[in-house]
Amino acid sequence: MIELKQLYQGFRDPDTINNLSKEIHRLANGYSGKINIMEVCGGHTHTIMKYGLNQLLPSNIEFVHGPGCPVCVMPKERIDHAAILASQDNVILVTLGDMIRVPGSKGSLAQFRAKGCDIRPIYDPLDTLTIARENPDKTVIFFAIGFETSTPMTAVLIEQAESQNIDNLLFHINHVLVPPAIDAVMADPQATVNAFIGPAHVSVISGAKLYRHTVEQYATPVVVAGFEPVDVMESILRIVKQKVADVAELDVQYSRAVSEDGNVHAQQKVNKYMMVRPQFRWRGLGPLADSALMLRPEYAHRNAELIYAEKLDVADIDDHKACQCGDILRGIAKPKDCKVFGRGCTPESPLGSCMVSSEGACNAYYRYNGV
Amino acid sequence: MSQAFDNATEKSVQLSHGGGGKEMNHLIKSIFFKAFNNPILANEEDAAIVNIEGQAAFTTDSFTVAPLFFAGGNIGKLAVAGTVNDLAMMGAEPQYLSCSFIIEEGFPIRQLKEIVDTMAKELHKSCTRVVCGDTKVVPKGCADGLFINTSGVGRILKPNISVKNLQVGDAIIVSGDIGRHGAAILMAREGLALESELTSDCANLWPIVEQLIAANIDIHAMRDATRGGLAAVLNEWAVASNVGINVEESLIPVSDEVKGLCELYGFEPHDLANEGTFILAVPSDIAAGVVEIIQRYGHCHQAAIIGRVDADHQGKVVLKTPWGSSRYLDLPHGELLPRIC
Repeated sequence: MIELKQLYQGFRDPDTINNLSKEIHRLANGYSGKINIMEVCGGHTHTIMKYGLNQLLPSNIEFVHGPGCPVCVMPKERIDHAAILASQDNVILVTLGDMIRVPGSKGSLAQFRAKGCDIRPIYDPLDTLTIARENPDKTVIFFAIGFETSTPMTAVLIEQAESQNIDNLLFHINHVLVPPAIDAVMADPQATVNAFIGPAHVSVISGAKLYRHTVEQYATPVVVAGFEPVDVMESILRIVKQKVADVAELDVQYSRAVSEDGNVHAQQKVNKYMMVRPQFRWRGLGPLADSALMLRPEYAHRNAELIYAEKLDVADIDDHKACQCGDILRGIAKPKDCKVFGRGCTPESPLGSCMVSSEGACNAYYRYNGV
Repeated sequence: MSQAFDNATEKSVQLSHGGGGKEMNHLIKSIFFKAFNNPILANEEDAAIVNIEGQAAFTTDSFTVAPLFFAGGNIGKLAVAGTVNDLAMMGAEPQYLSCSFIIEEGFPIRQLKEIVDTMAKELHKSCTRVVCGDTKVVPKGCADGLFINTSGVGRILKPNISVKNLQVGDAIIVSGDIGRHGAAILMAREGLALESELTSDCANLWPIVEQLIAANIDIHAMRDATRGGLAAVLNEWAVASNVGINVEESLIPVSDEVKGLCELYGFEPHDLANEGTFILAVPSDIAAGVVEIIQRYGHCHQAAIIGRVDADHQGKVVLKTPWGSSRYLDLPHGELLPRIC
């Protein structure tokens, strides 16, 4: 049993944050170049904007928002898959969080739910087991999304379905991987990123070693950071220290949970049920080789993509022409560079995924920025 | 007549209980009339005849909540407190309520009685009476257990309390810690295996408001922070009065439990619903005295001044962090959904 009070850890001490800010200013003032830090994960984007941390930094430090929001990077054709699956007779579609708000080409899952489709947002993937058990005459499809962090939960769900012989539970796998997305960002000739804040929760599973390639390939510091304001400020300080010393190293600020190798047990479980998909098209980044996962062939009997293949169109569907989510996800544009930001595109009526997702950069700018 | 329900030979509501005949009469008499007992209701006329002197406030609200029972209350407590509070927030003394039940076939009689008894207890706190009502029973699958609608009429004791009435320089006061109802419902709904003493703040606010009126407090605006929470109330006020509202995050009372749950789900306490916490705008010079009056009530000892109304950022709410940065406190958007990772 978790004690709820324990969840609030108190990494928000004003004195600590102010002292970190002063130290960052002191060091960065002696650095002549610009430090463009990409926070890969949307969770960090929100920490920065929600707590106004960008207001506490010197002018030669800038944040570039990365492609690390699982909702933002989902291309429309995959959302259409979810809507088509949910529209089948006797199907219950289950998915996580605000995935149901993102528009596909024919509407969002929330709109399909309003039309009568049985679509259920859940908090815990294992709740899907209960739904499948309680509805033996229906097919329950788990629309699985997320980076390395959430993949083990899907693997456990598959394992439970197999061991408990829950035959009416299928999967549509959309799990994606962080390193290929970083490579895609850095491959762009317009890329200006010269440091990274690495998502801590991804590293809890995959280990800090996940980012060694980034450090070596691009000679950029990577600091694996937690999500509290103190975590982010301390990570920025560590980046600045590396820049001033002209070194590029992998550094783990979130040492309270991240190890070099990560959760090997979870990795093994993922590998048992899933394998790397040859290609996956990301919103904004386009098709990337080896950047996502799929079910292994021995679990084809649970693969909704195969079982409903005839109904699922695989053609690419591009975003609205005016929407610049792609450039924002690639780190070459800021939300306010987009012509429709805050006008044609708002959280109530989003054109692009960066405005929909609670972890999207546009959503963060719209909600918190501009005071 | 009530014997049948009391000895539990009938365990659940049947379609026949909504048919207008003997069974319906039985249900109404043995459960509703028994709990809401008063002479106006007992007259059984087509409409209640009531006396109202002077200006009156009139409000209605429908209550649907899952689960129907939660830590700190149930749908019945909500249905009375919600409507009584809507009247109280307008400076009106709640007097008469109507009450309509839409019940799903198969709903347990025992639970219905518990809910109605809770309503009677809640009515007693503000000396309010249910004087008319309606009962419908719908087939299994056509409703989620039980829906309740209550309407209320109250006599205005303090006029001119309005969302449009905020003045530059006003102090913003919150009557207690925020977000507990939303958090309690979330915990009950998700069956979270968390150890917590978290309960809904669901409460009848009229006794406190009555004291504020008795003390002749100059209340400019007052609203219970229900759905949309503190963020929704402050944004509505900022727009309606065309003023800016500045609040200090460090002054807003939030329990450790609510903070913990928000950490877990990626929510903000300001966006979570309350059912017994209200916000006031009063002239700054009397704000400390107002807080003192509110704090006298058991569940309001955390009442605090959390900010000020000013002329900058018209139509916006600005939240100042404890480390000196500022950001907009926006309206919550759509369904509250947890973060993905």
